[in-house]
Amino acid sequence: MPRLSRRAFAASAFAAPGIAAAQPLAVPPGMLAQGGPVDVPYGQPAATEAGVKRRPRAGPGYAPLLGTAGSSLTPLGDLDGTITPNGLHFIRHHAGVPAIAPEQHRLVVHGLVDRPLVFTMDQLRRFPTVSRLHFLECSGNTPFYQQARIRPDWTVQDTHGLLSCAEWTGVRLADVLAEVGLKPGARWMLAEGADAAAMTRSIPVAKALDDAMLAWGQNGEALRPEQGYPLRLFLPGYEGNTSVKWLRRLKFAESPFMTREETSKYTGLMPDGTARQFNFTMEVKSVITRPSGGQSMGPPGFREITGLAWTGRGTIRRVEVSTDGGATWQDAALQEPVLSKCLTRFRLPWRWEGGPAVLLSRATDSTGDVQPTRDALVAETGPNFVYHCNAITAWRVAPSGEVTLAV
Amino acid sequence: MRYDLMLAGLLLAAPAAAQQGPLGLGTPASPAEIADWDIDASPDGAGLPPGRGSVAEGAVIYAARCAACHGPRGTEGAIAPALRLAGGIGSLATPRPVVTVGSYWPYATTLFDYTRRAMPFDAPQSLTPDQLYAVTAHVLHLNGLLPADAVLDAESLPRIRMPNRDGFRPVRGAE
Repeated sequence: MPRLSRRAFAASAFAAPGIAAAQPLAVPPGMLAQGGPVDVPYGQPAATEAGVKRRPRAGPGYAPLLGTAGSSLTPLGDLDGTITPNGLHFIRHHAGVPAIAPEQHRLVVHGLVDRPLVFTMDQLRRFPTVSRLHFLECSGNTPFYQQARIRPDWTVQDTHGLLSCAEWTGVRLADVLAEVGLKPGARWMLAEGADAAAMTRSIPVAKALDDAMLAWGQNGEALRPEQGYPLRLFLPGYEGNTSVKWLRRLKFAESPFMTREETSKYTGLMPDGTARQFNFTMEVKSVITRPSGGQSMGPPGFREITGLAWTGRGTIRRVEVSTDGGATWQDAALQEPVLSKCLTRFRLPWRWEGGPAVLLSRATDSTGDVQPTRDALVAETGPNFVYHCNAITAWRVAPSGEVTLAV
Repeated sequence: MRYDLMLAGLLLAAPAAAQQGPLGLGTPASPAEIADWDIDASPDGAGLPPGRGSVAEGAVIYAARCAACHGPRGTEGAIAPALRLAGGIGSLATPRPVVTVGSYWPYATTLFDYTRRAMPFDAPQSLTPDQLYAVTAHVLHLNGLLPADAVLDAESLPRIRMPNRDGFRPVRGAE
């Protein structure tokens, strides 16, 4: 019997699938000897998952300035479910990650209060605690306003990776504020970080008394340093920068403090030259994470389309998916539990026949808000708005199976 | 019975409770204790420290500590366009708006506040109040908003009316 070359063997197998005899499966070598040690103090992902990692957005102008002021994005296309592993939670800092000894950390609460107080971490941990699952999204996520800057090779990490979700544990801010006693005129709260930017935002007191938390826990362990260790403010549904990290001070006043981060930055410039200010709540949004940019379909056949939907205004009510660029839409299944101000995983079974396709998702939230097209959003805000882009994202599937961004 | 006794004990303790919140957690914070942390300055001038500085003094500080990133005249944005500090006044409603302190920022106090807390980038909170007033004055001068012989202090800084003072619209619900 003549020996077949590898290439010829592969060709014959392709031509007559199921007829060529399969090679016997090798016994995995790991079954033939003892494996790695049990005493692993802090577990790490499998070595072969090393490619699942954070990185800055691809393209000029996205590398962190001087290494400390910038962002690094969550690899959403590589993740399942809705919870972001702590080491992959997106990062956005204005002046690097401070090293803070928790026993040295203090939170000062003052201004228009009856009893200005300073808290140690131990004192904060004596309050009744609460754990809640919430997304956090940077208001600069998904930079689609400037058509010329959108890159077809962007992955969902590039387009949406300033988005993560975790179980946050801490105390209700309202309970802490009961200790200081807000004076009647206290309408705004300045939150200040202990980083080299002394990051500051003014927050309406109504939000502080509603669902705001002071958080020290992230998915069951202490906050990671880049998430504000040992203490951060957490404002569910609000743009990420308002959840001030390394929180050291809360000050109450009648009026907003007009910090740099709520005047010069995080304001939306409209075509008439005016700007929207105090645009806190992240709007209804969704994105398909699989198949998505940079992925390859493989051979035609059954595929599940899956992605994430979220809204800062409440819960996701509906996600529709189109595989034909928006000509027709189907309702996707929503993974329970569907929680308020939390990521919701959606899924739709699909059979890819090997032809071109354009995949879209469109979310509707509990207030009835529907995710807009990019054209509709830019028609409202103009191209220089920068923040709060919640436009529908399109992924183009080529007959080759390659997936690219098609916004 | 025990609960009643406990409640009675709490009621007896009520006068002391006025000095405390419902859980009695936290430690009183005196103004002296938090003075070095209380660094915010508001548009009405609240929080501005005593001190004074001139445009000319600010030019020296700016050249030494600011120009490397922001550019010698503040119009360059030496290492990134977002670091431009000057120019662009009147450009916000054009297709290519130039967003700077002069063209966009609504309050001069914000420039002082941000410089005080976060600048220079490699040595935040290192400038004295006099130096902060001086460098603030110089950046405003680079934008044509102060004459070359101007001096700023806690009285004069909040009185500066920035060109885009009325350019911001709070989103409904934020109030």
